[in-house]
Amino acid sequence: MFDFSPTLYVLLMILFATASFFIIRKFNQRRKRFASKYPNLSKNERLERLKQERLELAQAKKDMRKAIKAKKAEWKAEDKKADEIARANVLALKAEVKESKAEFEKVKAEYLADKENPEKEALYLETMKKHDRLCQKLRIEKERISLLRRIERWSKRGGRLRRELFIKRQYYYLVTPYALLFILFTVIPVAMSLILSFTYFNLLEFPSWVGWENYMRLFVDDKVFIIAIRNTLILAVITGPLSYLSAFVFAWLINELRPKLRAFMTLIFYAPSISGNVYLVWKLIFSSDMYGYANAFLLSYNFIDEPILWLQDPKYIIWIIMLVQLWLSLGVSFLAFIAGLQSVNRELYEAGAIDGIKNRWQELWFITLPQMKSQLMFGAVMQITSSLAIAEVATQLAGFPSIEYAGHTIITHLMDYGSLRMEMGYASSIATILFFMMIGANLLVRKILRRVGS
Amino acid sequence: MAREKMHIDDDSLRDQKLSKAEIKRARRQEKKLKKFGIHDEAKMGKIERFFYLQQKKRRIKRKKRISRSLGGDIALALVLALFGAFSAYPLVYTIFAAFKPLNELFIYPPRLFVQNPTLDNFTDLIMLMEESWVPFSRYFFNTIFITLAGTVGHVIIASMAAYPLAKHKFPGSKILFALVVYSLMFAPQVTATPSYIIFSTIGLIDSPWAIIIPAFSSSLGLYLMKQFMSDIPMELIESAKIDGANEFQIYWRVVMPLVKPAWLTLIILLFQRLWNNDGGTYIYSEQLKPLSYALHQIVNAGVGRAGTASAVILIMMIVPITVFILSQTQIIETMAHSGMK
Repeated sequence: MFDFSPTLYVLLMILFATASFFIIRKFNQRRKRFASKYPNLSKNERLERLKQERLELAQAKKDMRKAIKAKKAEWKAEDKKADEIARANVLALKAEVKESKAEFEKVKAEYLADKENPEKEALYLETMKKHDRLCQKLRIEKERISLLRRIERWSKRGGRLRRELFIKRQYYYLVTPYALLFILFTVIPVAMSLILSFTYFNLLEFPSWVGWENYMRLFVDDKVFIIAIRNTLILAVITGPLSYLSAFVFAWLINELRPKLRAFMTLIFYAPSISGNVYLVWKLIFSSDMYGYANAFLLSYNFIDEPILWLQDPKYIIWIIMLVQLWLSLGVSFLAFIAGLQSVNRELYEAGAIDGIKNRWQELWFITLPQMKSQLMFGAVMQITSSLAIAEVATQLAGFPSIEYAGHTIITHLMDYGSLRMEMGYASSIATILFFMMIGANLLVRKILRRVGS
Repeated sequence: MAREKMHIDDDSLRDQKLSKAEIKRARRQEKKLKKFGIHDEAKMGKIERFFYLQQKKRRIKRKKRISRSLGGDIALALVLALFGAFSAYPLVYTIFAAFKPLNELFIYPPRLFVQNPTLDNFTDLIMLMEESWVPFSRYFFNTIFITLAGTVGHVIIASMAAYPLAKHKFPGSKILFALVVYSLMFAPQVTATPSYIIFSTIGLIDSPWAIIIPAFSSSLGLYLMKQFMSDIPMELIESAKIDGANEFQIYWRVVMPLVKPAWLTLIILLFQRLWNNDGGTYIYSEQLKPLSYALHQIVNAGVGRAGTASAVILIMMIVPITVFILSQTQIIETMAHSGMK
């Protein structure tokens, strides 16, 4: 059971080290804060002071809680009394209304029988008014014990949170549909995949707990997973930064053009990523006979003697996937960069020119980049996520599974176990690892980017 | 590049000694203005002045920056042309291939441009469609239904949630938004397995709603919408509140008309995702499959259908590209607010 593989061992060590680092840091901070609060005391005195403070705080909290409890009980009794009175009122009023209604009907019938009589008409109108007034009274009393009133009272007499919830209830009405769907389709699946990764689950039987076995199997037994990780990392490390840089560089270059030309170039660069299945064209371009463009081009200039099996040769597959992914990668972040560049304050450029900025590189570094830091951050998030999630391009171009697993990424591995072999527990453990890889990479890069500007 | 097309400002004409070419250009400019019948701003009519001012504005905008060199301009043009060609080449290839007759498709060496354009590929495609077991209009209907329902629902639900998140503080708002930002950081494929289990327990499997309902809660849309809305001045909302509007009325009547660029962006982003969705593992009945799936089958049939495949790809890509062209400026405007701290 406990023969850890070296990788797992190292991973656990790192996890343990980071955790202990954070805990120790937190204690240290606390100590320092206290030391700066009482700089003149010795260590022992300080400790005593700390103990005393803690005790006082606990006592204060206890008192507070007691007071609140008493107050709440008082309120509760008050409310109960008010409720009872209101209820009694309602009952009494109901009886009265019943009586007056009977009387009203009687008068009405009399009036209808003899419409010409002015006396009867006057009586009819009077009784009607009376009846209406009674009905209104009943309505008011009823509202006093209605649900909304009760909720209002309940929230007014609670703490700050309860009051806020009531006052701001309209915001919750607006947010609820989205929040529910988001929780159902994003938050719960993440939690489920975390839990399922420790189980054996084949969709038919109830999941059974297996502990770390799935992870152990992943790192020790599953050679294909190691290949998948390697491919994913190669793809991500190369396409991620490259696509990020190219998105920025092209956005920057396009920004120099005149508006109409700029719009046209934006379309040209952005079109591949929105036109869906167009990357299937690359299948034709890299087709393995001599009619494929790549082969025909190389053959006609005598670089090669016979057509290359581009999408069947493990040597080339990953590079072709990379190329196509780069071609597809000018997406949302590219648009964000263009927008960010356009919203840079123009006056700053003129000011910069006066201050001695000579060429466009200096302009870029000193004026443009600091101003669009937030867009850079957003673009990084989008680009990292998409470069770690390369799958569809790989399966469509290189086949699924690809030859010698040359185009096998973590997500294709996940698809393999999740939707073909139906080993949901195992698939979940793959997903969990990918999830932490993505979040980790994003947080790391965000941290780095935040430092670059300052 | 920018230098040839540059217009000279009136002030600079007066102040500097000009070369012959520049004088020529200035005269041409004057002639153009005279064509409009414009000499003096004070004498102009309302409409004339409007056009004149617009032109003037444009002239000022195009004023040359000092930090630009000619060499840099040329390099820029070259780089853009090169990579633009790389980016556009497969698209252009598809467009031409869709109109190529069979003998041109398999010509050696292959050519980019088409010599004798035909519509054979499209007629072939129509014939294929007629032969298919499920009528093709059904696939069309499925895709259009999924796309429309998903997009409309997403825009309404996401913007409804974005308004209070952007403009008000309430318990839980920060957590929800933080979760949304975190969910941008991982791909939706990560949660595919548990999602499938959830769908099957709700009973959404094998219905178009399995694709539509999760699309409602796409986090990128909410994020962009929220960022865009946070620039709406608070005074507008408060004045509406003083006039007696409740929060829903404020959202629907005040905020929504102001964020038109943002909804166009959400529409294009979700539109392309749903338009290209092929149903995946969620839909297995043939008559419920979307168009993208049916067309995939044609593309995957191999070399024999290379022409038809290009026609298919052309059809699939034209719709999102058209939507993008129509809403480009608005999208750029939205993206200006997309920044993340």
